Amino acid sequence: MRAVSPFIISNLSKSFTMHLRGGLIIPVVERVNFSLEAGKCTVLGGPSGIGKSSILKMLYGNYKIDAGSALIKHGQEQVNIACVEPRKMLEIRKKTLGYVSQFLQTVPRISALDIVAEPLLQHGVTQKTAHERVKELFTLLNLPEKLWHLPPATFSGGEQQRVNIARGFITAHPVLLLDEPTASLDTKNRQVVVEMIEKKKQEGVALLGIFHDEDIRQSIADKIIDVSDFAPLDIVKGRSKNEDGQAA
Amino acid sequence: MTRELPLLDAQSISKFYGSRSGCEEISFQLFSGEVIAIVGESGSGKTTLLNCLSTRLMPTSGSIHYLGRDGVARNLYQMSEAERRFLMRTDWGFVHQNPSDGLRMAVSAGANVGERLMAVGERHYGSIRQTAQNWLERVEILADRIDDEPRTFSGGMRQRLQIARNLVTAPRLVFMDEPTGGLDVSVQARLLDLIKGLVNDLGLSIIIVTHDLAVARLLSDRIMVMKEGRVIEAGLTDCVLDDPQQPYTQLLVSSILKG
Repeated sequence: MRAVSPFIISNLSKSFTMHLRGGLIIPVVERVNFSLEAGKCTVLGGPSGIGKSSILKMLYGNYKIDAGSALIKHGQEQVNIACVEPRKMLEIRKKTLGYVSQFLQTVPRISALDIVAEPLLQHGVTQKTAHERVKELFTLLNLPEKLWHLPPATFSGGEQQRVNIARGFITAHPVLLLDEPTASLDTKNRQVVVEMIEKKKQEGVALLGIFHDEDIRQSIADKIIDVSDFAPLDIVKGRSKNEDGQAA
Repeated sequence: MTRELPLLDAQSISKFYGSRSGCEEISFQLFSGEVIAIVGESGSGKTTLLNCLSTRLMPTSGSIHYLGRDGVARNLYQMSEAERRFLMRTDWGFVHQNPSDGLRMAVSAGANVGERLMAVGERHYGSIRQTAQNWLERVEILADRIDDEPRTFSGGMRQRLQIARNLVTAPRLVFMDEPTGGLDVSVQARLLDLIKGLVNDLGLSIIIVTHDLAVARLLSDRIMVMKEGRVIEAGLTDCVLDDPQQPYTQLLVSSILKG
């Protein structure tokens, strides 16, 4: 029997309707088609503003999907993210689908250690074991020990991003979405993240990410999907008109 | 695999005041451990709905089934007054916006917490006092304030005391009506943190009414947006707030969050 892809995205479309601006419709992407493979890292490419982050947000249930389907393998079942009940989506986020955003959502008064341990505690891991695992990850990511017990609100961008990465990578989600997790890291720590991604691949995790850094993309991408291919038709038309205009 | 029953199942709740409607045709399910926020402007009917859900107010029509600890779902509106009061005292909590509505201002902090324990049959003074003290600590009220009356407390402390009083009987469902309203921003942050921690630790189900979308984002899994007595949009909290579909929700998000 052929293994089912952990995430199959078919004909996904999205536009925003801005009711406060007279119902202006802003198309985002049209007919997005691709699927993920276990143990492989798929990278969304294309110029900024083309809808890469929007695709990740749609797949995470954070943006509504207008049309098409996104079938995720969740335990023994396949669930369509496009029409999933909120409660089911929360369960999928807890067990199957992880997401590392660009920015850490800081909660006042909660230490970096506890922020990263939280998803493990939700999975029933004891606090002691959870803290040990967090400390290992922090050490790996070169986060200074003096910061571990402080709330990350006052950390630098790079330090916050490392806390964020630790939180996203500590669980064993079979599918992981990465939205530029390395944007504010130095070369040394970028390399650490590359190794962490390699490790996830070996564990059979299907990754989907956005990376603007060419070196990182080269070293981790198994497949690159050009999101420009899914640009809505009227945007494409608009562009070609412009180009024609300039040429003339 | 058996399907999990909702803790609370509300069907077509409507409340009319004469010909004027407070809330209309509201249906939703709340499952154990979920936090749901009801948001909307003042006058949108959210407090009317909360009062109907908590049976403080009888709706004009509709039903609510509540799953008891015995695993049986019963229609709240067909229970006797005594049965409802018992639920209110044991299995439920209600946190009011104004702490003086939920506290007895002229008895000590310890007695405010202990009273709920006595209502569920606890009789041993020493253990009541000990439990009360543990709860005061948990809501960050210093132990030496246990014999002080809440009227000597600050607004934030009163609200934390009200939460302790509600949670001491280990309720499964807590209703909250603008619990952070009227508090300074820093006091609000501390209270939200505390509520969030308790929700995680105790696995509480919460129905919270708030006009503050930031509060809803921080605390709730799901959200219902109300306008003129009706739910006009509902879903995952982050989805509704990041990608609102209805004109009114877009207006709320753009005018409140970016303030």
